[in-house]
Amino acid sequence: MSNTTSIAGPAPAAVPPPPAWRSHAAAFAQYFTRHALPPLVVMGLLVGIWELLCRAPGAALPPPSQVIADTWELIVEPFFDNGGNDVGLAWQILASLERVAYGYLLAVIAGVSLGVLVGQSTWALRGLDPIFQVLRTVPPLAWLPISLAGFQDSNPSAIFVIFITAIWPIIINTSVGIRNIPEDYRNVARVIRLNGVEYFWKIMLPAAAPYIFSGLRIGVGLSWLAIIAAEMLIGGVGIGFFIWDAWNASRISDIILALVYVGVVGFLLDRTVAWVGKRVTRGTSPA
Amino acid sequence: MSQPYLSISRVDMAFTRGGVTNPVLKDVNLDIQRGEYISLIGHSGCGKSTVLNIVAGLLRATSGGVIVDGREVNSPGPDRALVFQNHSLLPWLTVYQNVEIAVQKIFKGKRSAAEQRDWILHNLDMVSMSHALDRLPAEISGGMKQRVGIARALAMEPKVLLLDEPFGALDALTRAHLQDEVMRIQSELQNTVMMITHDVDEAVLLSDRIVMMTNGPSATIGQVLDIDLPRPRDRLELADDARYTHYRHEVLSFLYEKQRKVEPIARARARAPEAAARSAGGLRA
Repeated sequence: MSNTTSIAGPAPAAVPPPPAWRSHAAAFAQYFTRHALPPLVVMGLLVGIWELLCRAPGAALPPPSQVIADTWELIVEPFFDNGGNDVGLAWQILASLERVAYGYLLAVIAGVSLGVLVGQSTWALRGLDPIFQVLRTVPPLAWLPISLAGFQDSNPSAIFVIFITAIWPIIINTSVGIRNIPEDYRNVARVIRLNGVEYFWKIMLPAAAPYIFSGLRIGVGLSWLAIIAAEMLIGGVGIGFFIWDAWNASRISDIILALVYVGVVGFLLDRTVAWVGKRVTRGTSPA
Repeated sequence: MSQPYLSISRVDMAFTRGGVTNPVLKDVNLDIQRGEYISLIGHSGCGKSTVLNIVAGLLRATSGGVIVDGREVNSPGPDRALVFQNHSLLPWLTVYQNVEIAVQKIFKGKRSAAEQRDWILHNLDMVSMSHALDRLPAEISGGMKQRVGIARALAMEPKVLLLDEPFGALDALTRAHLQDEVMRIQSELQNTVMMITHDVDEAVLLSDRIVMMTNGPSATIGQVLDIDLPRPRDRLELADDARYTHYRHEVLSFLYEKQRKVEPIARARARAPEAAARSAGGLRA
Protein backbone atom coordinates (compact mmCIF):
# COMPACT_ATOMS: atom_id res chain seq x y z
CA MET A 1 0.00 0.00 0.00
CA SER A 2 2.74 2.42 0.93
CA ASN A 3 4.30 1.74 -2.46
CA THR A 4 1.23 2.82 -4.39
CA THR A 5 0.86 6.03 -2.43
CA SER A 6 4.43 7.02 -3.06
CA ILE A 7 4.00 6.41 -6.83
CA ALA A 8 0.73 8.29 -6.99
CA GLY A 9 2.04 11.11 -4.79
CA PRO A 10 2.46 14.58 -6.33
CA ALA A 11 6.26 14.34 -6.19
CA PRO A 12 7.02 15.79 -9.71
CA ALA A 13 4.88 18.88 -9.10
CA ALA A 14 6.70 19.62 -5.87
CA VAL A 15 10.04 20.14 -7.67
CA PRO A 16 10.32 23.75 -8.89
CA PRO A 17 11.29 24.09 -12.57
CA PRO A 18 15.06 24.57 -12.88
CA PRO A 19 16.33 27.96 -14.08
CA ALA A 20 16.98 28.27 -17.81
CA TRP A 21 20.78 28.47 -17.55
CA ARG A 22 20.83 25.23 -15.63
CA SER A 23 18.88 23.30 -18.23
CA HIS A 24 21.16 24.72 -20.95
CA ALA A 25 24.18 23.63 -18.98
CA ALA A 26 22.65 20.19 -18.50
CA ALA A 27 21.96 19.90 -22.23
CA PHE A 28 25.53 20.94 -23.01
CA ALA A 29 26.94 18.48 -20.51
CA GLN A 30 24.86 15.71 -22.03
CA TYR A 31 25.99 16.63 -25.56
CA PHE A 32 29.58 16.75 -24.39
CA THR A 33 29.53 13.33 -22.72
CA ARG A 34 27.78 11.74 -25.68
CA HIS A 35 29.56 13.25 -28.67
CA ALA A 36 32.78 14.98 -27.63
CA LEU A 37 34.02 12.75 -24.86
CA PRO A 38 34.49 9.44 -26.77
CA PRO A 39 36.78 10.88 -29.48
CA LEU A 40 38.75 12.85 -26.88
CA VAL A 41 39.30 9.75 -24.75
CA VAL A 42 40.37 7.64 -27.74
CA MET A 43 42.68 10.38 -29.00
CA GLY A 44 44.24 10.76 -25.58
CA LEU A 45 44.88 7.01 -25.46
CA LEU A 46 46.46 6.94 -28.91
CA VAL A 47 48.71 9.91 -28.19
CA GLY A 48 49.70 8.23 -24.92
CA ILE A 49 50.67 5.02 -26.73
CA TRP A 50 52.62 7.03 -29.30
CA GLU A 51 54.44 8.89 -26.52
CA LEU A 52 55.37 5.62 -24.80
CA LEU A 53 56.56 3.95 -27.99
CA CYS A 54 58.70 6.84 -29.20
CA ARG A 55 60.16 8.09 -25.95
CA ALA A 56 62.82 5.41 -25.86
CA PRO A 57 66.23 6.73 -26.95
CA GLY A 58 67.03 5.85 -30.56
CA ALA A 59 63.40 5.81 -31.68
CA ALA A 60 63.06 6.62 -35.38
CA LEU A 61 60.10 8.99 -34.90
CA PRO A 62 59.74 11.78 -32.31
CA PRO A 63 57.14 11.43 -29.52
CA PRO A 64 54.26 13.98 -29.46
CA SER A 65 55.87 16.05 -26.72
CA GLN A 66 58.98 16.38 -28.88
CA VAL A 67 56.86 17.29 -31.94
CA ILE A 68 55.17 20.13 -30.11
CA ALA A 69 58.45 21.43 -28.71
CA ASP A 70 60.13 21.31 -32.15
CA THR A 71 57.28 22.96 -34.03
CA TRP A 72 56.13 25.45 -31.42
CA GLU A 73 57.20 28.39 -33.57
CA LEU A 74 55.23 27.07 -36.55
CA ILE A 75 52.17 26.50 -34.41
CA VAL A 76 52.05 29.92 -32.77
CA GLU A 77 53.03 31.89 -35.86
CA PRO A 78 51.11 30.53 -38.83
CA PHE A 79 51.31 33.80 -40.80
CA PHE A 80 55.02 34.71 -40.85
CA ASP A 81 56.51 35.53 -44.23
CA ASN A 82 60.26 35.50 -44.73
CA GLY A 83 59.98 35.51 -48.51
CA GLY A 84 60.34 32.61 -50.95
CA ASN A 85 59.25 29.24 -49.59
CA ASP A 86 59.88 30.29 -46.00
CA VAL A 87 56.36 31.24 -45.03
CA GLY A 88 53.97 30.19 -42.24
CA LEU A 89 51.87 27.05 -42.41
CA ALA A 90 48.68 29.05 -42.93
CA TRP A 91 50.14 30.51 -46.16
CA GLN A 92 51.29 27.06 -47.25
CA ILE A 93 47.81 25.63 -46.78
CA LEU A 94 46.13 28.63 -48.40
CA ALA A 95 48.38 28.25 -51.45
CA SER A 96 47.35 24.60 -51.74
CA LEU A 97 43.69 25.49 -51.20
CA GLU A 98 43.88 28.07 -53.97
CA ARG A 99 45.12 25.46 -56.45
CA VAL A 100 42.41 23.06 -55.29
CA ALA A 101 39.78 25.79 -55.65
CA TYR A 102 40.68 26.50 -59.29
CA GLY A 103 41.02 22.87 -60.31
CA TYR A 104 37.95 21.76 -58.39
CA LEU A 105 35.70 24.55 -59.68
CA LEU A 106 36.68 23.75 -63.26
CA ALA A 107 35.99 20.08 -62.54
CA VAL A 108 32.56 20.93 -61.10
CA ILE A 109 31.55 22.96 -64.16
CA ALA A 110 32.89 20.50 -66.71
CA GLY A 111 31.88 17.43 -64.70
CA VAL A 112 28.26 18.44 -64.15
CA SER A 113 27.90 19.50 -67.81
CA LEU A 114 29.36 16.25 -69.11
CA GLY A 115 27.34 14.29 -66.57
CA VAL A 116 24.13 15.91 -67.78
CA LEU A 117 25.08 15.17 -71.39
CA VAL A 118 25.87 11.53 -70.67
CA GLY A 119 22.78 11.19 -68.47
CA GLN A 120 20.47 12.65 -71.08
CA SER A 121 21.76 11.18 -74.30
CA THR A 122 22.13 7.46 -74.81
CA TRP A 123 24.39 8.14 -77.76
CA ALA A 124 26.74 10.26 -75.64
CA LEU A 125 26.69 7.55 -72.97
CA ARG A 126 27.70 4.87 -75.44
CA GLY A 127 30.37 7.07 -76.98
CA LEU A 128 31.91 8.58 -73.87
CA ASP A 129 31.41 6.03 -71.12
CA PRO A 130 34.17 3.62 -72.24
CA ILE A 131 36.62 6.54 -72.43
CA PHE A 132 35.62 7.73 -68.95
CA GLN A 133 35.91 4.25 -67.51
CA VAL A 134 39.48 3.90 -68.80
CA LEU A 135 40.68 7.42 -67.99
CA ARG A 136 39.29 7.47 -64.47
CA THR A 137 41.59 4.63 -63.47
CA VAL A 138 44.72 6.61 -64.38
CA PRO A 139 46.36 7.70 -61.09
CA PRO A 140 46.46 11.49 -60.60
CA LEU A 141 50.24 11.77 -60.59
CA ALA A 142 50.51 9.96 -63.90
CA TRP A 143 48.91 13.05 -65.47
CA LEU A 144 51.57 15.37 -64.07
CA PRO A 145 54.39 14.82 -66.59
CA ILE A 146 52.06 15.17 -69.57
CA SER A 147 50.47 18.31 -68.16
CA LEU A 148 53.91 19.78 -67.41
CA ALA A 149 54.80 19.10 -71.02
CA GLY A 150 51.60 20.71 -72.19
CA PHE A 151 51.47 23.78 -69.95
CA GLN A 152 55.25 24.37 -69.61
CA ASP A 153 54.55 25.73 -66.13
CA SER A 154 54.14 24.12 -62.73
CA ASN A 155 51.10 25.95 -61.36
CA PRO A 156 48.65 25.26 -64.21
CA SER A 157 49.93 21.68 -64.27
CA ALA A 158 49.03 21.22 -60.61
CA ILE A 159 45.60 22.72 -61.23
CA PHE A 160 45.12 20.39 -64.18
CA VAL A 161 45.98 17.38 -62.03
CA ILE A 162 43.31 18.46 -59.51
CA PHE A 163 40.83 18.95 -62.32
CA ILE A 164 41.42 15.57 -63.91
CA THR A 165 41.30 13.83 -60.52
CA ALA A 166 38.06 15.38 -59.32
CA ILE A 167 36.09 15.27 -62.54
CA TRP A 168 35.38 11.51 -62.86
CA PRO A 169 33.25 10.96 -59.76
CA ILE A 170 31.37 14.18 -60.58
CA ILE A 171 30.60 13.06 -64.13
CA ILE A 172 29.62 9.56 -63.13
CA ASN A 173 27.40 10.55 -60.20
CA THR A 174 25.71 13.33 -62.14
CA SER A 175 24.85 11.04 -65.02
CA VAL A 176 23.50 8.38 -62.67
CA GLY A 177 21.40 11.05 -60.96
CA ILE A 178 19.98 12.26 -64.27
CA ARG A 179 19.20 8.71 -65.36
CA ASN A 180 17.40 8.01 -62.10
CA ILE A 181 14.97 10.92 -62.30
CA PRO A 182 11.60 9.26 -61.66
CA GLU A 183 9.33 9.00 -64.68
CA ASP A 184 6.64 10.80 -62.65
CA TYR A 185 8.69 14.00 -62.46
CA ARG A 186 9.10 13.92 -66.23
CA ASN A 187 5.36 13.41 -66.60
CA VAL A 188 4.62 16.35 -64.32
CA ALA A 189 6.90 18.47 -66.48
CA ARG A 190 5.18 17.25 -69.63
CA VAL A 191 1.68 17.94 -68.29
CA ILE A 192 2.54 21.54 -67.35
CA ARG A 193 4.58 21.82 -70.57
CA LEU A 194 7.92 22.96 -69.22
CA ASN A 195 10.34 23.73 -72.03
CA GLY A 196 13.88 22.37 -72.16
CA VAL A 197 15.51 25.17 -70.19
CA GLU A 198 12.79 25.20 -67.53
CA TYR A 199 12.98 21.42 -67.26
CA PHE A 200 16.75 21.61 -66.78
CA TRP A 201 16.62 24.17 -63.95
CA LYS A 202 13.37 23.23 -62.25
CA ILE A 203 13.30 19.45 -62.47
CA MET A 204 16.54 17.92 -63.70
CA LEU A 205 19.13 19.69 -61.54
CA PRO A 206 17.17 19.57 -58.27
CA ALA A 207 16.12 15.96 -58.85
CA ALA A 208 19.71 14.90 -59.52
CA ALA A 209 21.18 17.14 -56.80
CA PRO A 210 21.59 14.43 -54.14
CA TYR A 211 23.63 12.35 -56.60
CA ILE A 212 25.56 15.35 -57.87
CA PHE A 213 26.54 16.28 -54.35
CA SER A 214 27.78 12.83 -53.50
CA GLY A 215 29.99 13.13 -56.59
CA LEU A 216 31.14 16.57 -55.47
CA ARG A 217 32.05 15.21 -52.05
CA ILE A 218 34.12 12.37 -53.44
CA GLY A 219 35.68 14.86 -55.87
CA VAL A 220 36.79 17.32 -53.21
CA GLY A 221 38.34 14.53 -51.16
CA LEU A 222 40.28 13.25 -54.16
CA SER A 223 41.47 16.77 -55.07
CA TRP A 224 42.93 17.23 -51.64
CA LEU A 225 44.66 13.85 -51.90
CA ALA A 226 46.08 14.76 -55.28
CA ILE A 227 47.30 18.26 -54.46
CA ILE A 228 49.65 17.08 -51.71
CA ALA A 229 51.27 14.57 -54.03
CA ALA A 230 51.43 16.97 -56.97
CA GLU A 231 53.00 19.75 -54.91
CA MET A 232 55.72 17.43 -53.69
CA LEU A 233 56.84 17.18 -57.28
CA ILE A 234 56.30 20.72 -58.55
CA GLY A 235 57.76 22.67 -55.59
CA GLY A 236 56.99 26.26 -54.63
CA VAL A 237 54.72 27.37 -51.80
CA GLY A 238 52.20 24.73 -50.74
CA ILE A 239 51.70 22.23 -47.97
CA GLY A 240 52.77 19.32 -50.19
CA PHE A 241 56.14 20.82 -50.96
CA PHE A 242 56.50 21.89 -47.33
CA ILE A 243 56.31 18.21 -46.35
CA TRP A 244 58.84 17.22 -49.00
CA ASP A 245 61.14 20.04 -47.99
CA ALA A 246 60.90 19.03 -44.33
CA TRP A 247 61.80 15.46 -45.26
CA ASN A 248 64.87 16.63 -47.17
CA ALA A 249 65.91 18.68 -44.13
CA SER A 250 65.10 15.77 -41.75
CA ARG A 251 62.58 17.88 -39.82
CA ILE A 252 60.31 14.97 -38.95
CA SER A 253 58.33 16.98 -36.39
CA ASP A 254 57.38 19.50 -39.08
CA ILE A 255 56.09 16.66 -41.25
CA ILE A 256 53.92 15.35 -38.45
CA LEU A 257 52.46 18.79 -37.76
CA ALA A 258 51.77 19.28 -41.47
CA LEU A 259 50.00 15.90 -41.64
CA VAL A 260 47.70 16.95 -38.82
CA TYR A 261 46.86 20.16 -40.68
CA VAL A 262 46.31 18.32 -43.96
CA GLY A 263 43.93 15.93 -42.25
CA VAL A 264 41.95 18.68 -40.55
CA VAL A 265 41.67 20.73 -43.76
CA GLY A 266 40.58 17.67 -45.74
CA PHE A 267 37.95 16.94 -43.14
CA LEU A 268 36.69 20.53 -43.24
CA LEU A 269 36.52 20.48 -47.06
CA ASP A 270 34.43 17.31 -46.96
CA ARG A 271 32.11 18.72 -44.29
CA THR A 272 31.71 22.00 -46.18
CA VAL A 273 30.61 20.31 -49.39
CA ALA A 274 28.27 18.04 -47.40
CA TRP A 275 26.81 21.06 -45.63
CA VAL A 276 26.27 22.97 -48.88
CA GLY A 277 24.67 19.86 -50.36
CA LYS A 278 22.33 19.52 -47.45
CA ARG A 279 21.29 23.15 -47.71
CA VAL A 280 20.82 23.07 -51.48
CA THR A 281 18.87 19.81 -51.57
CA ARG A 282 16.88 20.68 -48.45
CA GLY A 283 17.88 17.60 -46.59
CA THR A 284 17.22 15.12 -49.37
CA SER A 285 20.99 14.61 -49.70
CA PRO A 286 22.70 12.58 -46.96
CA ALA A 287 25.24 14.62 -44.98
CA MET B 1 -27.71 14.15 -77.11
CA SER B 2 -25.20 16.97 -77.38
CA GLN B 3 -21.68 16.58 -78.71
CA PRO B 4 -19.63 14.75 -76.03
CA TYR B 5 -17.05 16.82 -74.18
CA LEU B 6 -14.51 14.04 -74.14
CA SER B 7 -14.62 11.35 -76.73
CA ILE B 8 -12.44 8.26 -76.94
CA SER B 9 -13.00 6.60 -80.26
CA ARG B 10 -11.81 3.28 -81.59
CA VAL B 11 -8.61 3.31 -79.57
CA ASP B 12 -6.28 0.36 -80.07
CA MET B 13 -3.02 0.10 -78.21
CA ALA B 14 -0.22 -2.38 -78.62
CA PHE B 15 3.23 -2.35 -77.09
CA THR B 16 6.04 -3.87 -79.05
CA ARG B 17 9.04 -5.08 -77.16
CA GLY B 18 11.80 -7.19 -78.61
CA GLY B 19 9.81 -7.94 -81.78
CA VAL B 20 6.85 -9.29 -79.79
CA THR B 21 3.69 -7.22 -80.13
CA ASN B 22 1.45 -7.27 -77.11
CA PRO B 23 -2.07 -5.95 -77.74
CA VAL B 24 -3.29 -4.14 -74.64
CA LEU B 25 -6.42 -2.29 -75.76
CA LYS B 26 -8.80 -3.20 -78.52
CA ASP B 27 -11.49 -0.88 -79.84
CA VAL B 28 -12.12 1.27 -76.78
CA ASN B 29 -15.01 3.72 -77.30
CA LEU B 30 -16.30 6.11 -74.66
CA ASP B 31 -18.12 9.43 -74.69
CA ILE B 32 -18.12 11.62 -71.60
CA GLN B 33 -20.35 14.64 -71.10
CA ARG B 34 -19.21 17.87 -69.53
CA GLY B 35 -19.32 17.75 -65.73
CA GLU B 36 -19.60 13.98 -65.61
CA TYR B 37 -17.70 11.89 -63.08
CA ILE B 38 -16.57 8.63 -64.68
CA SER B 39 -14.81 5.74 -62.98
CA LEU B 40 -12.80 3.18 -64.87
CA ILE B 41 -12.68 -0.12 -63.05
CA GLY B 42 -11.13 -3.45 -63.90
CA HIS B 43 -8.61 -5.99 -62.71
CA SER B 44 -5.01 -4.91 -62.52
CA GLY B 45 -3.20 -5.23 -65.81
CA CYS B 46 -6.37 -4.71 -67.86
CA GLY B 47 -5.13 -1.47 -69.36
CA LYS B 48 -7.10 1.15 -67.40
CA SER B 49 -3.96 3.16 -66.79
CA THR B 50 -3.13 2.92 -70.47
CA VAL B 51 -6.51 4.46 -71.33
CA LEU B 52 -5.88 7.28 -68.87
CA ASN B 53 -2.37 7.89 -70.18
CA ILE B 54 -3.70 8.07 -73.72
CA VAL B 55 -6.26 10.68 -72.67
CA ALA B 56 -3.50 12.54 -70.81
CA GLY B 57 -1.38 12.44 -73.95
CA LEU B 58 1.52 10.70 -72.21
CA LEU B 59 1.01 7.72 -74.51
CA ARG B 60 -0.06 7.73 -78.14
CA ALA B 61 -2.67 5.21 -79.22
CA THR B 62 -1.64 2.79 -81.93
CA SER B 63 -4.84 3.70 -83.74
CA GLY B 64 -7.94 5.69 -82.95
CA GLY B 65 -7.95 8.93 -81.04
CA VAL B 66 -9.18 11.14 -78.24
CA ILE B 67 -11.03 14.44 -78.66
CA VAL B 68 -11.42 16.86 -75.76
CA ASP B 69 -13.71 19.85 -76.27
CA GLY B 70 -13.44 19.62 -80.04
CA ARG B 71 -9.66 19.23 -80.16
CA GLU B 72 -7.66 16.09 -80.79
CA VAL B 73 -5.23 15.07 -78.07
CA ASN B 74 -1.70 14.50 -79.28
CA SER B 75 0.49 15.67 -76.41
CA PRO B 76 0.19 16.17 -72.65
CA GLY B 77 -1.14 19.49 -71.44
CA PRO B 78 -2.59 21.29 -68.44
CA ASP B 79 -6.13 21.06 -69.86
CA ARG B 80 -5.96 17.36 -68.88
CA ALA B 81 -4.43 17.61 -65.41
CA LEU B 82 -3.32 14.35 -63.90
CA VAL B 83 -3.31 13.27 -60.26
CA PHE B 84 -0.82 10.45 -59.93
CA GLN B 85 -1.25 7.46 -57.70
CA ASN B 86 1.92 8.20 -55.76
CA HIS B 87 1.22 11.97 -55.66
CA SER B 88 4.54 12.73 -57.47
CA LEU B 89 5.16 15.97 -55.65
CA LEU B 90 8.64 17.36 -56.19
CA PRO B 91 10.43 16.62 -52.90
CA TRP B 92 12.67 19.70 -52.98
CA LEU B 93 9.72 22.11 -53.24
CA THR B 94 7.37 23.11 -50.43
CA VAL B 95 3.63 22.50 -50.59
CA TYR B 96 3.11 26.03 -51.89
CA GLN B 97 5.91 25.79 -54.44
CA ASN B 98 4.61 22.47 -55.75
CA VAL B 99 1.41 24.20 -56.81
CA GLU B 100 3.25 27.34 -57.81
CA ILE B 101 5.46 25.57 -60.36
CA ALA B 102 2.33 24.66 -62.34
CA VAL B 103 0.48 27.95 -61.84
CA GLN B 104 3.51 30.04 -62.79
CA LYS B 105 3.98 28.16 -66.02
CA ILE B 106 0.34 28.01 -67.08
CA PHE B 107 -0.77 31.53 -66.17
CA LYS B 108 2.45 33.34 -67.08
CA GLY B 109 1.46 36.59 -68.75
CA LYS B 110 -2.24 35.90 -68.16
CA ARG B 111 -2.46 36.68 -64.47
CA SER B 112 -0.47 39.04 -62.26
CA ALA B 113 1.83 37.72 -59.53
CA ALA B 114 -0.72 38.65 -56.88
CA GLU B 115 -3.54 36.92 -58.75
CA GLN B 116 -1.37 33.82 -59.15
CA ARG B 117 -0.61 33.84 -55.43
CA ASP B 118 -4.28 34.15 -54.54
CA TRP B 119 -5.10 31.34 -56.93
CA ILE B 120 -2.49 29.03 -55.41
CA LEU B 121 -3.74 29.79 -51.91
CA HIS B 122 -7.35 29.33 -53.00
CA ASN B 123 -6.66 25.85 -54.37
CA LEU B 124 -4.64 24.77 -51.35
CA ASP B 125 -7.43 26.07 -49.17
CA MET B 126 -9.96 24.01 -51.11
CA VAL B 127 -8.10 20.80 -50.13
CA SER B 128 -7.61 22.11 -46.57
CA MET B 129 -3.85 22.41 -46.85
CA SER B 130 -3.35 26.12 -46.18
CA HIS B 131 -1.89 25.35 -42.78
CA ALA B 132 1.16 23.61 -44.27
CA LEU B 133 2.27 25.92 -47.08
CA ASP B 134 5.95 25.86 -46.17
CA ARG B 135 6.24 22.18 -45.38
CA LEU B 136 8.23 19.85 -47.60
CA PRO B 137 6.52 16.73 -48.95
CA ALA B 138 8.68 14.54 -46.69
CA GLU B 139 7.23 16.32 -43.67
CA ILE B 140 3.55 15.65 -44.39
CA SER B 141 1.45 12.47 -44.40
CA GLY B 142 0.47 10.46 -47.46
CA GLY B 143 -3.07 11.79 -47.40
CA MET B 144 -1.81 15.37 -47.24
CA LYS B 145 0.54 14.76 -50.17
CA GLN B 146 -2.35 13.50 -52.24
CA ARG B 147 -4.36 16.61 -51.30
CA VAL B 148 -1.54 18.78 -52.59
CA GLY B 149 -1.44 16.68 -55.76
CA ILE B 150 -5.17 17.33 -56.21
CA ALA B 151 -4.71 21.05 -55.53
CA ARG B 152 -1.94 21.19 -58.14
CA ALA B 153 -4.20 19.52 -60.69
CA LEU B 154 -7.20 21.74 -59.87
CA ALA B 155 -5.02 24.85 -60.06
CA MET B 156 -4.37 24.09 -63.73
CA GLU B 157 -8.09 24.73 -64.42
CA PRO B 158 -8.29 21.54 -66.45
CA LYS B 159 -11.05 20.71 -68.87
CA VAL B 160 -10.77 17.13 -67.71
CA LEU B 161 -9.36 16.01 -64.40
CA LEU B 162 -7.64 12.63 -64.62
CA LEU B 163 -7.22 10.67 -61.41
CA ASP B 164 -4.98 7.59 -61.54
CA GLU B 165 -5.96 5.54 -58.48
CA PRO B 166 -5.68 8.69 -56.41
CA PHE B 167 -6.51 7.03 -53.10
CA GLY B 168 -4.90 3.65 -53.76
CA ALA B 169 -1.89 4.20 -51.53
CA LEU B 170 -3.84 5.54 -48.55
CA ASP B 171 -5.24 3.81 -45.47
CA ALA B 172 -9.00 3.22 -45.35
CA LEU B 173 -9.89 6.11 -43.03
CA THR B 174 -7.81 8.70 -44.87
CA ARG B 175 -9.21 7.38 -48.14
CA ALA B 176 -12.81 7.84 -47.00
CA HIS B 177 -12.02 11.33 -45.80
CA LEU B 178 -10.44 12.32 -49.11
CA GLN B 179 -13.28 10.78 -51.09
CA ASP B 180 -15.73 13.01 -49.21
CA GLU B 181 -13.49 15.97 -49.92
CA VAL B 182 -13.36 15.17 -53.63
CA MET B 183 -17.19 14.86 -53.72
CA ARG B 184 -17.52 18.26 -52.05
CA ILE B 185 -15.07 19.88 -54.48
CA GLN B 186 -16.80 18.18 -57.39
CA SER B 187 -20.21 19.54 -56.35
CA GLU B 188 -18.63 23.01 -56.22
CA LEU B 189 -16.64 23.00 -59.44
CA GLN B 190 -18.61 20.57 -61.64
CA ASN B 191 -15.42 19.26 -63.20
CA THR B 192 -15.31 16.57 -65.81
CA VAL B 193 -13.47 13.75 -64.09
CA MET B 194 -12.09 10.43 -65.20
CA MET B 195 -10.88 8.27 -62.36
CA ILE B 196 -9.17 4.90 -62.29
CA THR B 197 -9.88 2.67 -59.34
CA HIS B 198 -10.14 -0.90 -58.24
CA ASP B 199 -12.26 -0.07 -55.25
CA VAL B 200 -15.90 -0.96 -55.93
CA ASP B 201 -17.32 1.21 -53.11
CA GLU B 202 -15.27 4.16 -54.22
CA ALA B 203 -16.51 3.81 -57.77
CA VAL B 204 -20.19 3.62 -56.79
CA LEU B 205 -19.93 6.42 -54.26
CA LEU B 206 -18.19 8.94 -56.49
CA SER B 207 -19.28 8.25 -60.05
CA ASP B 208 -22.09 9.19 -62.36
CA ARG B 209 -21.11 6.25 -64.54
CA ILE B 210 -18.87 3.27 -63.98
CA VAL B 211 -16.99 1.95 -66.96
CA MET B 212 -16.00 -1.67 -66.46
CA MET B 213 -13.16 -3.10 -68.47
CA THR B 214 -12.64 -6.68 -69.57
CA ASN B 215 -9.40 -8.48 -68.85
CA GLY B 216 -6.44 -8.07 -71.16
CA PRO B 217 -4.84 -8.76 -73.52
CA SER B 218 -6.95 -6.80 -76.01
CA ALA B 219 -9.00 -5.34 -73.18
CA THR B 220 -12.01 -3.23 -73.98
CA ILE B 221 -15.06 -1.77 -72.27
CA GLY B 222 -17.27 -4.61 -71.10
CA GLN B 223 -20.14 -2.78 -69.50
CA VAL B 224 -21.15 0.75 -68.52
CA LEU B 225 -23.25 1.24 -65.42
CA ASP B 226 -25.22 4.42 -64.77
CA ILE B 227 -25.23 5.33 -61.10
CA ASP B 228 -28.51 7.07 -60.49
CA LEU B 229 -28.06 8.14 -56.89
CA PRO B 230 -28.97 11.64 -55.71
CA ARG B 231 -26.19 14.01 -54.72
CA PRO B 232 -24.87 14.98 -52.25
CA ARG B 233 -24.20 11.38 -51.35
CA ASP B 234 -23.54 10.25 -47.83
CA ARG B 235 -21.61 7.04 -47.33
CA LEU B 236 -23.48 6.15 -44.12
CA GLU B 237 -26.95 6.60 -45.58
CA LEU B 238 -25.99 4.82 -48.78
CA ALA B 239 -24.75 1.80 -46.89
CA ASP B 240 -28.39 0.75 -46.35
CA ASP B 241 -29.71 2.05 -49.65
CA ALA B 242 -31.10 -0.72 -51.85
CA ARG B 243 -29.99 0.97 -55.09
CA TYR B 244 -26.46 1.39 -53.76
CA THR B 245 -26.32 -2.29 -52.86
CA HIS B 246 -27.66 -3.16 -56.28
CA TYR B 247 -25.01 -1.08 -58.13
CA ARG B 248 -22.33 -2.51 -55.94
CA HIS B 249 -23.54 -6.01 -56.73
CA GLU B 250 -23.57 -5.23 -60.46
CA VAL B 251 -19.93 -4.17 -60.42
CA LEU B 252 -18.88 -7.06 -58.22
CA SER B 253 -20.59 -9.61 -60.40
CA PHE B 254 -18.95 -8.12 -63.48
CA LEU B 255 -15.52 -8.30 -61.87
CA TYR B 256 -15.80 -11.65 -60.14
CA GLU B 257 -18.18 -13.63 -62.34
CA LYS B 258 -17.99 -12.35 -65.89
CA GLN B 259 -14.35 -11.26 -65.78
CA ARG B 260 -12.95 -13.63 -63.23
CA LYS B 261 -9.21 -13.42 -63.22
CA VAL B 262 -8.00 -16.99 -62.88
CA GLU B 263 -6.05 -17.49 -66.02
CA PRO B 264 -2.69 -16.05 -64.95
CA ILE B 265 -2.61 -18.18 -61.80
CA ALA B 266 -3.35 -21.34 -63.78
CA ARG B 267 -0.72 -20.37 -66.29
CA ALA B 268 1.84 -19.69 -63.56
CA ARG B 269 1.17 -23.12 -62.05
CA ALA B 270 1.57 -24.77 -65.42
CA ARG B 271 4.82 -22.93 -65.97
CA ALA B 272 6.35 -23.62 -62.56
CA PRO B 273 7.55 -27.20 -63.07
CA GLU B 274 8.84 -26.26 -66.49
CA ALA B 275 10.92 -23.41 -65.04
CA ALA B 276 12.27 -25.65 -62.31
CA ALA B 277 13.34 -28.18 -64.91
CA ARG B 278 15.02 -25.43 -66.93
CA SER B 279 17.01 -24.04 -64.02
CA ALA B 280 18.10 -27.55 -63.04
CA GLY B 281 19.26 -28.10 -66.59
CA GLY B 282 21.20 -24.83 -66.42
CA LEU B 283 22.97 -25.99 -63.31
CA ARG B 284 23.98 -29.26 -64.87
CA ALA B 285 25.37 -27.52 -67.92
